[in-house]
Amino acid sequence: MNPIPVPLLEVDRLTVAFPGHVAVREASFAIAPAETLALVGESGCGKSVTAFSVMRLLPPNARVASGRILFDGNDLMTASRPEMRRLRGRHISLIQQEPMTSLNPVLSIGVQIGEVLRRHERLSRRATRARVVELLDLVKIPDAHRRIDDYPHNLSGGMRQRVMIAMAVACHPKLLIADEPTTALDVTTQAQVLDLLGDLRRELAMAVLLITHDLGVVAQWADRIAVMYAGRIVERASIVPFFARPMHPYSHGLLGARVDVDAEEHYLTDRLTEIPGSVGSAAGETGCSFAPRCPMVQPSCRLAPPPLLELADGRAVACPITAAQTGAPHGAAVG
Amino acid sequence: MGRRIAATFKRTAIHAAPTVLGIIILDFLLLQLMPGDAADVIAAESGTATAETMAALRERFGLDKSVFTQLVNFLGHLATFDLGFSPRYNMPVLDMIMTRLPSTLLLMVTALSLALLLGIVLGSIMAAWAGRWPDRVLSVVVLLFYSMPGFWVGLMAVVLFSVKLGWLPSDSNMTIGANYTGWAMIADRAAHLVLPALALASFFVAVYARLTRASMLEVQRQDFMRTAEAKGLHPFFIQLRHALRNALIPVTTVAGMHLGNLLGGAVVIETLFGWPGMGRLALEAVLARDFSVLLGVLLLSSFLVILANMVIDLLHAWLDPRIGTT
Ligand SMILES: Nc1ncnc2c1ncn2[C@@H]1O[C@H](COP(=O)(O)OP(=O)(O)O)[C@@H](O)[C@H]1O
Ligand code: SF4
Ligand SMILES: [Mg+2]
Repeated sequence: MNPIPVPLLEVDRLTVAFPGHVAVREASFAIAPAETLALVGESGCGKSVTAFSVMRLLPPNARVASGRILFDGNDLMTASRPEMRRLRGRHISLIQQEPMTSLNPVLSIGVQIGEVLRRHERLSRRATRARVVELLDLVKIPDAHRRIDDYPHNLSGGMRQRVMIAMAVACHPKLLIADEPTTALDVTTQAQVLDLLGDLRRELAMAVLLITHDLGVVAQWADRIAVMYAGRIVERASIVPFFARPMHPYSHGLLGARVDVDAEEHYLTDRLTEIPGSVGSAAGETGCSFAPRCPMVQPSCRLAPPPLLELADGRAVACPITAAQTGAPHGAAVG
Repeated sequence: MGRRIAATFKRTAIHAAPTVLGIIILDFLLLQLMPGDAADVIAAESGTATAETMAALRERFGLDKSVFTQLVNFLGHLATFDLGFSPRYNMPVLDMIMTRLPSTLLLMVTALSLALLLGIVLGSIMAAWAGRWPDRVLSVVVLLFYSMPGFWVGLMAVVLFSVKLGWLPSDSNMTIGANYTGWAMIADRAAHLVLPALALASFFVAVYARLTRASMLEVQRQDFMRTAEAKGLHPFFIQLRHALRNALIPVTTVAGMHLGNLLGGAVVIETLFGWPGMGRLALEAVLARDFSVLLGVLLLSSFLVILANMVIDLLHAWLDPRIGTT
């Protein structure tokens, strides 16, 4: 019943700490080749830190306290720096959250896209330029021949994010990490950029780690979902069962009253519903970090952080109360 | 690219014209406030002046006219590139300045290039090892150069390299009477240039090094640095192409603002090293109350600063594609 026979990426009990603050706690998940996993959770819960850990591009003050990350058979935690540089941009790429600041303002977009090709494919200057024009066409930037010499400030946010996508898919990576690729864009542009990403994902058969807090996007896009709360993964499930029957009380809260998997107006509606309380109140970890906001809280919840319990069908939930209600735990705790 | 830089050039040129006129008039009026004139100095030196000869001198040099008439005359001459005549040296001011200008230009350009080059290299090294020993050692060195006046650095360099070690000359801009040609001449000129250029540059090296360090560290936090790393580029390449180019924008801005100071420093350094440039000419002109020469020097200096600022603006436009597009 294991849904991932040979994972492309396997993150195993990853813990990342900043001075005086643990941003990610014991996070475990896996992504199969060509599969899309959505990582969902409210702002500040540790999604970007998780993504940066996979690329080994954490801020200098962050430290991986424990955990293992396997990519395509390589242990990324012990890989040498040159090995990491060979992987980055070629087999794993990253699209960052903020298109306004993630492109270098003083270099033309042609140069910035060309860089990754020249680095990994050792193309000539002329061949690089031809490939960059192709890539700009691929991401549907009109008039690619002329735009190639534009600078980021000449482009709108949506166009910049297309440039970021062109850069990320240039070398046909096996894994694309998209960190809230549309959060900074307006609604219409969001839909266009997401459609583009969806097409490319299928054409290039890329696995995608899609970080978002838009459940409409998740419903339309992802194969599986991992819900993160205060640095922990609190629920993992395939998309259809998750939307049909969310288990963790936080997932319930996220879904609010209703989400229809087949709904047409996907990313136009269905933003995260407000849940009473805030993540800040969950900082000191004595029991379940969701306890202060949980409608189902029991006295036992405040004793120890609940482990992620594996259930049937590859589901897992970090809440013994709901796990007990919906059927006996299927396997051992994994994190 | 070319169009953008041309637009920048046009904009700065338009700004420069009224600035120059303002500077001329202000200089002229300020000099009128100084006590004494050339006639006083010449008379004092000859020791036998009478009221009649003084009046004759003043009439000959046009010093007896009203301030306003003198200004109008001066501006009229200026329109035909005539800077007037030096009563003291008995030759056209423009000729005097033109014989001095190349030396000063050589000194300034060398000092500014040295300051930028050393400052940027030192600043980048400090940023790359921020908080570790290379940064700490260099920070102390840079602080020393920041706090020592240029003339004192120059004096100490003369004592060490000319007097004690005898490695480098410290007087004038060439060996007088040696009549070198070809490479020997260039080597001789270069050897004479080293100490004054370093003395003049020392303070600015410190300024640019500190600035480069700060802006390089600032750039490291930007998102686009992570984008560059996510492409698998080598860190050295990332620093050179992505970080330094951005960090240089504030450095060139400040370099432009310091050009006037650099020229001011040149007066002191030229006097100290016997460098036959405009700075020393200015000092001599003040002592002789030779206002036409002084005015010419001030005018040429402001031209120099404006011209250099235009060069800096163009450099700026080349570095930063956001400039000049409007
Ligand atoms: N550079 C940093 N220094 C200190 N703390 C950080 C830094 N970056 C992120 N954090 C902390 O890590 C936590 C997770 O951040 P992040 O992964 O960016 O959240 P998000 O889920 O919104 O992407 C936050 O609580 C944040 O305070
Ligand atoms: S463990 Fe308790 S507090 Fe935590 S989510 Fe489950 S019921 Fe709520
Ligand atoms: Mg984030």
